[in-house]
Amino acid sequence: MNAPEKYLATSTPQPATGASHPHESARAQVAGAATYIDDIPEVKGTLHAAPILSDVAHGVLRGIDASAALAMEGVRGVVLAADIPGDPILATFVHDEPIFARDRVEFLGQVVGLVVAETVMQARRAARLVKLDIEALPAVVDVREAVKLQSFVLPPVTVRRGDPERGIAQAPHRITGSLDVGGQEHFYLEGQVAYALPLEQDQWWIYSSTQHPGEVQHWVAHALGLANHDVKVECRRMGGGFGGKETQAGHVAVWATLAARKFRRPVKLRLDRDDDFMVTGKRHPFAYDWEAGFDDSGRITGLKLMLAANCGFSADLSGPVADRAVFHVDNAYFLGDVEIVSYRCKTNVQSHTAFRGFGGPQGMIATEALLGDIARHLGKDPLDVRKANLYGLEERNVTHYEMAVEDNILDPLIARLEQDAHYRQRREEIARWNAASPVIQRGIALTPVKFGISFTATFFNQAGALVHVYTDGSVQVNHGGTEMGQGLHTKILQVVADELGVPFHKVRISATDTSKVPNASATAASSGTDLNGRAAQFAARQVRQRLAEYVAEKQNCRPEQVIFAHGQVSGPDAVMTWEQLVDDAWHSRVQLWSDGFYRTPKIHYDKHTLTGRPFYYFAYGAACTEVAIDTLTGENRVLKVDILHDVGTSINPAIDIGQIEGGFIQGMGWLTTEQLVWNDKGSLSTHAPSTYKIPATGDVPEHFRIALWPEPNPEDNVGGSKAVGEPPFMLAISVWEALRDAAAAARGDAQVRMDAPATAENVLKALRG
Amino acid sequence: MESRTIRFVRRGELVSLSNVPPDRTLLEVLREDLACTGTKEGCGEGDCGACTVVLGEAREGGLQYRAINSCIRLAHSIDGMALWTVEDLAGADGGLHPAQEAMVQCHGSQCGFCTPGFVMSLFGMYQNHVARGEPVTRELAQEELSGNLCRCTGYRPILDAAQQMEQLPRSSVDEAAVLQQLDALAQQRAQASALGPYLAPRSLPDLLALRAAHPEAQVVAGCTDVGLWVTKMHKQFGRVLDVTRVAELRRVERHEDRVAIGAAVTLTEAFEALVQDRPQLKTFANRFAGLPVRNSGTLGGNVANGSPIGDSMPLLIALGAQLVLASARGERELPLEQFYTGYRKNVLAPDEVVAWIRVPRPVPGEFLRAYKISKRFDDDISAVCLAVNLRLEDGVVAHVAIGAGGVAATPVRALQAEAALRGRPWTQDATRAAAAALRSEFQPISDMRASAAYRSEVLGNLMQRFWLESQGQQHINLESFRIEEALAP
Repeated sequence: MNAPEKYLATSTPQPATGASHPHESARAQVAGAATYIDDIPEVKGTLHAAPILSDVAHGVLRGIDASAALAMEGVRGVVLAADIPGDPILATFVHDEPIFARDRVEFLGQVVGLVVAETVMQARRAARLVKLDIEALPAVVDVREAVKLQSFVLPPVTVRRGDPERGIAQAPHRITGSLDVGGQEHFYLEGQVAYALPLEQDQWWIYSSTQHPGEVQHWVAHALGLANHDVKVECRRMGGGFGGKETQAGHVAVWATLAARKFRRPVKLRLDRDDDFMVTGKRHPFAYDWEAGFDDSGRITGLKLMLAANCGFSADLSGPVADRAVFHVDNAYFLGDVEIVSYRCKTNVQSHTAFRGFGGPQGMIATEALLGDIARHLGKDPLDVRKANLYGLEERNVTHYEMAVEDNILDPLIARLEQDAHYRQRREEIARWNAASPVIQRGIALTPVKFGISFTATFFNQAGALVHVYTDGSVQVNHGGTEMGQGLHTKILQVVADELGVPFHKVRISATDTSKVPNASATAASSGTDLNGRAAQFAARQVRQRLAEYVAEKQNCRPEQVIFAHGQVSGPDAVMTWEQLVDDAWHSRVQLWSDGFYRTPKIHYDKHTLTGRPFYYFAYGAACTEVAIDTLTGENRVLKVDILHDVGTSINPAIDIGQIEGGFIQGMGWLTTEQLVWNDKGSLSTHAPSTYKIPATGDVPEHFRIALWPEPNPEDNVGGSKAVGEPPFMLAISVWEALRDAAAAARGDAQVRMDAPATAENVLKALRG
Repeated sequence: MESRTIRFVRRGELVSLSNVPPDRTLLEVLREDLACTGTKEGCGEGDCGACTVVLGEAREGGLQYRAINSCIRLAHSIDGMALWTVEDLAGADGGLHPAQEAMVQCHGSQCGFCTPGFVMSLFGMYQNHVARGEPVTRELAQEELSGNLCRCTGYRPILDAAQQMEQLPRSSVDEAAVLQQLDALAQQRAQASALGPYLAPRSLPDLLALRAAHPEAQVVAGCTDVGLWVTKMHKQFGRVLDVTRVAELRRVERHEDRVAIGAAVTLTEAFEALVQDRPQLKTFANRFAGLPVRNSGTLGGNVANGSPIGDSMPLLIALGAQLVLASARGERELPLEQFYTGYRKNVLAPDEVVAWIRVPRPVPGEFLRAYKISKRFDDDISAVCLAVNLRLEDGVVAHVAIGAGGVAATPVRALQAEAALRGRPWTQDATRAAAAALRSEFQPISDMRASAAYRSEVLGNLMQRFWLESQGQQHINLESFRIEEALAP
């Protein structure tokens, strides 16, 4: 087994933080007893909805004929744009997305309406029978074509520092390059689902599989023409999110609620997997062109980079995604003289959205590609070129968006991984082996990650929580974050247990609920624990403070002298159990519950110039990956992976390692097997797991070792920890760079254009091209 | 029409369900009719494994455990079997089964939605290996979990859990009691299988009579493709004829010169039979879908369905397999490649079924390889599949048979490439000629799996791989690539 002994699940040590507690729902999950939305017992009279999808990528919607569908057994009716009582446009930031397509369709798969029936299959069957009369218009699918046509969802953004033209012109070496990187389907195992229940007085209870209950609440209220307080949204857990349920869950919930309103019945809408692929947005595909100058050491002296994001038909989160791509073009490297032009292209495909990394991966990969090319151009080891470009500690330490990198550990972190993974010896050995190998060629790459932590929109960096202590001493915590498998709730239970000095099992989490903690931000941007963990800690701290004051008054001491640990509370005079104290305090009318609120300090940024300190801190990591390619077929395999990653002081090492491993494999999928193919009609032809291939068990190398960097977060963050949700995803760029390294070995040539994902076909093309 | 009652054993009790439509899936019955929502729907097409359950069947005096996809399994097909779902493993005291406990201890669940499926695949592995005293190696765990997708963990902790199971206190199924219940069910069942909208005859004569009587019935032989016609194409069937309970067709018969595989033999068992004779096919067999699909799907179903990207047919063509088609009128035999007449079209008469697949045993000097190119190594569909079977006499190609998939509207025999080789000395030049013939004799299409140009190029390149392998060249195929071995002096 690969797991270090110390990360196997442990019992209930105190303190709870720092221990590898199993996921708080693990025992229920393995017994099939953890409830997801579709598992909630249905209220009597529940109807089921299925979406009516546009079968044309772009066109004028002239008519909708639902007569055949309406004649089907069990069908109650259809819901169309005309049935929307409020604003027919979704309450997104840009306000550019109709709830149901009305006079035009803008992608193949766009939802025109719903069929509502007594059973799921009746609704789905009938939805296919709805005939749409669409006059087709020219459709744009390719992002480069969109750039040419100046087809944008948002205006282009340019970030510029220094004089890149001079940096390039005066450099001893110059290269240009281009790259296309594909998108990625989230493939959360639980598809999109919402269950809308009418309550009295036009109020609504929505069960939604969402990363952002507050936004679902707002969108539903907006669509129904109601106030936010009329809508309660609840989510106990999601079966995976990865960004795909940040905004996309909102559509599904709005649709379900419109149907429930029209038929005055509870309505559940669970998208079939194929419909989920066809309807919802994915990771943004990107295209790049660059020109760079560099010195003999490979250090970049000037860079001009164009990034074009394929945003799909509407803006959704594309603005912040493209911004984050711009913010992460530097990755770990100082770019002194640089110009980055970012296009946010409108195309006739699904509206691409948040996905783990949120543009960060698409920013970083361009520079990693460039550095690989520079190294091969100079005949140098790519790791040496990467090192030559790293941010410095005292100088060369300000990003292109004017933020000083204060917590830089890149140099020692990379050095340690280089040594632990025996990078240099292996590179030599691989070169020798390749020279004698007729068909298989191996490659290796060590790439770093520096990822900025905080929502770039500063106002999102706030969170609230409630901690309730009941009279028997049991504790319930509720906060605005959502659980999608990442272990947020487990970590928060650990933090609260320690704050109150009670065992882990004394604390329970309850479902995320807009009627408990309002106005919560999305659980996104890796910030779940940083924000909600601190809010919960503050809430628990207030309860503890009140109890400490109560004990202090009785024992005639200062509150700070009262110690809460191991389920006991001790003052100078007496020790009592936690339960005893709680019971006493309740009888003495001490408030046993509290709220907590947290906002991230220090951050600010100007959204027009994209400058400032958008991030509270950076999370770091590096991966060393070895691969092999087959030069006859382009098939490829990942052979070995070593990772050293920075999570600060881990609140739960097993959960953090789970995020690192899972993030890495997901990133590997993005860059290898996961290929989204739209045909010439704009139809997504990879719309199910039969054609869209996420990694499976056989793709995970046996040698897959994770180590954690041993230092705490230098910024004041909960438990000294660092965010871990997204950063490890980008460690997988090492896979792609290793594949390019292998391809270069096979070609015996510096230039390797390998578009991502590196399917067998794309690898063979890179060998031949 | 009155539907036959479905009876199966679960949690030690007999479950009896009436009036279940013939095209209702087991997953629908579990989640909607029985309100057992522990089993999840991830994709509805047998590709993600979230819906995995385990079936127990009395076979050769023992209880055979098979993890299958409940989302594309017709509910009626489990009549007379035992069923375990994720809700059935924990003890009455809430104590977890080792398959569950190991997942908790190894942190194998994150979002938890794939977890019930993994737990059930692990339970199948537990019964088939751990309970029999066989160790679970990492390789075995990977093979048997290849039909379960997880998007959160990156699999390492789940693979660890598979190996952790045997460290935990044993848990056992009271097999004698289950077998007794199954036996009782079988007694009750004997007569009723030829009635109603879901026909599941137990004997070949019954099957052929029913086929003749109900030519409109949808024939199913494992339903791993027809299941998708139900869940994805929304087809409805008034009558279903299930061949998988026909005793004669579930047999593998080994003769001196051939292995005869009944059309209702599962892919798992059919590949076992093929690999027994030709061990080099093991990886190819494991790469055919995921285990839950191989446990439900049948070789006869794969052949009769005739998908141009079905992986068994190129191999069977290269092996020189013959099909036996049967009807009440009698039997006829023909080479597999002559079975297909067009895209998903074949020579079957309305009253006929595929009964047997007869595969010649290996002869001395046979050199056989089967290659599959897909985006993902496991549980994927071929962009290109090529199987080459060659025998030399005095350095000259005495026999050659080449089957190809993914390059035409049906699985095909590469006659021109064979002609380029037959009677010629086996050399690099001959290989080039065969590769060129392969590239010219097929006009593959471009689709989401690969472009036409790629398919063409790789077809020829696979012939080159075959040549190198025939020359004893090692470490040229990533399918079997291990760094440690490659580096050994």
